[in-house]
Amino acid sequence: MALDGMEEIIAAAEGTGRPFWQVVLDTDLEERGVTARDSLEKMRHTWQAMLESVLTYDGQRRSLSGLAGGDGALMDAYAQKGEALCGAYLQRVIATALRVGESNACMRKIVAAPTAGSCGVLPAVLVPLYQAGKASEEMVLQALYTASGIGAVISHRACIAGAAGGCQAEIGSASAMAAGALVSLRGGSPRQIGHAVAMALKNLMGLVCDPVAGLVEVPCIKRNVVGAVNAISCADMALAGIESRVPVDEVIDCMGEVGRRLPVELRETSLGGLAVTPFGKMVKEKMESES
Amino acid sequence: MLDIFDILGPVMVGPSSSHTAGAVRIGRMARALLGCQPVEADIGLHGSFAETGKGHGTDRAIVAGLLGMEPDNLDIPRSFEIARQQGMELCIHPIQLREAHPNTAVLKVRGTNGRAMVLRAVSVGGGRIRVEEIDGTAVHFAGDYHTLVVRHKDIPGELSVLTRELSNAKVNIANMSLNRSRRGGDVLTVFEVDQKIPPVARQLIAEIPGVEGLTYYEKEDA
Ligand code: SF4
Repeated sequence: MALDGMEEIIAAAEGTGRPFWQVVLDTDLEERGVTARDSLEKMRHTWQAMLESVLTYDGQRRSLSGLAGGDGALMDAYAQKGEALCGAYLQRVIATALRVGESNACMRKIVAAPTAGSCGVLPAVLVPLYQAGKASEEMVLQALYTASGIGAVISHRACIAGAAGGCQAEIGSASAMAAGALVSLRGGSPRQIGHAVAMALKNLMGLVCDPVAGLVEVPCIKRNVVGAVNAISCADMALAGIESRVPVDEVIDCMGEVGRRLPVELRETSLGGLAVTPFGKMVKEKMESES
Repeated sequence: MLDIFDILGPVMVGPSSSHTAGAVRIGRMARALLGCQPVEADIGLHGSFAETGKGHGTDRAIVAGLLGMEPDNLDIPRSFEIARQQGMELCIHPIQLREAHPNTAVLKVRGTNGRAMVLRAVSVGGGRIRVEEIDGTAVHFAGDYHTLVVRHKDIPGELSVLTRELSNAKVNIANMSLNRSRRGGDVLTVFEVDQKIPPVARQLIAEIPGVEGLTYYEKEDA
């Protein structure tokens, strides 16, 4: 089967009693003509690279522009003091999203998920669970299949690039993938995965893409945090039995439609939004005068 | 042809799949088609590649690709230095093309074997690329397959000889396109194939009367 709609995957899962992730894995085997072992090995490699992107973080690094770096370390230090408003898991989630987003800006190795700009969202929700012993590698890999199936559907029905649909398509999609991954990891039903995806996308709908000086730094890195935190709240809502009133595929189609209607200035061209604030313009001029 | 590892992936050095990972792939494509390491490279960057390329490391990424690095190589940021050590001469500058995709690069490369080539390629997003022009002739392929580009005379029957050679080598053709430049009588035929083409088969094709040159790109291992 093709990964054309969440409804189709959910129906296939319910019809055959397979978990959501299994349907995605089986589709990959069909489409690429590989064995389950090959596919799982590739997913493990992907997961290892994600893990590495978190663990090899260095708070001293700065990006070429000098704008990005060090915030992950600040969050770590703050968490150490024990005064954070949120609990231990969320503290780790915030720090991890920053670490990966900054590593990306500093030309370190990351996994685009679904894009490089939104590479911090999935590791931010998964790595802390794994590190705390609350998720085994096997569970994480299954959650990653769920996430990639969700991303494939969004990419097919709407889009996953800021240039095409704004940041709702990048951070929004990453957040939806992470929300579904968490529900899957916690043993939620395929239908609950669908609700989590719908809610995550709805919550970030309309978010514009407006990177300062065209660089994947400001506001991108911190939006990875919001994508991750949104994913967790939507996953918890779905697991609590809360449902999205708008069906998930309708939400995805709608996100694509909103994306198409976003003015081109707010789709990665850096001609609008934060990119044209006085600060944004100053950074752009500085980058130009240096090149 | 988007599979789930295009969604979760590529594993790459940041910061941008189009401006960094795609740029590495463009460099790799030029190196592969040239058949060796370039000794000289003139890199023209158009549109967004020119405007935000520096902050994204697009220039370093293309050079890294020319050096044969893959998109996840942590040496990408150091590629200028490595190129200098290996004696690769570089000239990188903005260009303005008409009606071109914003992420377009034009690479003029000359190899250790003396061979020269001009390649125009686009980074279309998600780290995926498309080759648009080779030596002034419009082509269209993405490196999703092993790709053989044959420059040959525009004579009847040439194509059937070419395809026979491929089928003798048990190579299955996935896509094929004939691209004729307006001037000279040359044709660029692009074969996208499912199996790797063994060196012998490429040699046999190169020796077919009417064939003037051939370049081959072997897909990165999945
Ligand atoms: S603002 Fe644009 S470049 Fe930055 S993460 Fe969002 S979509 Fe990507």
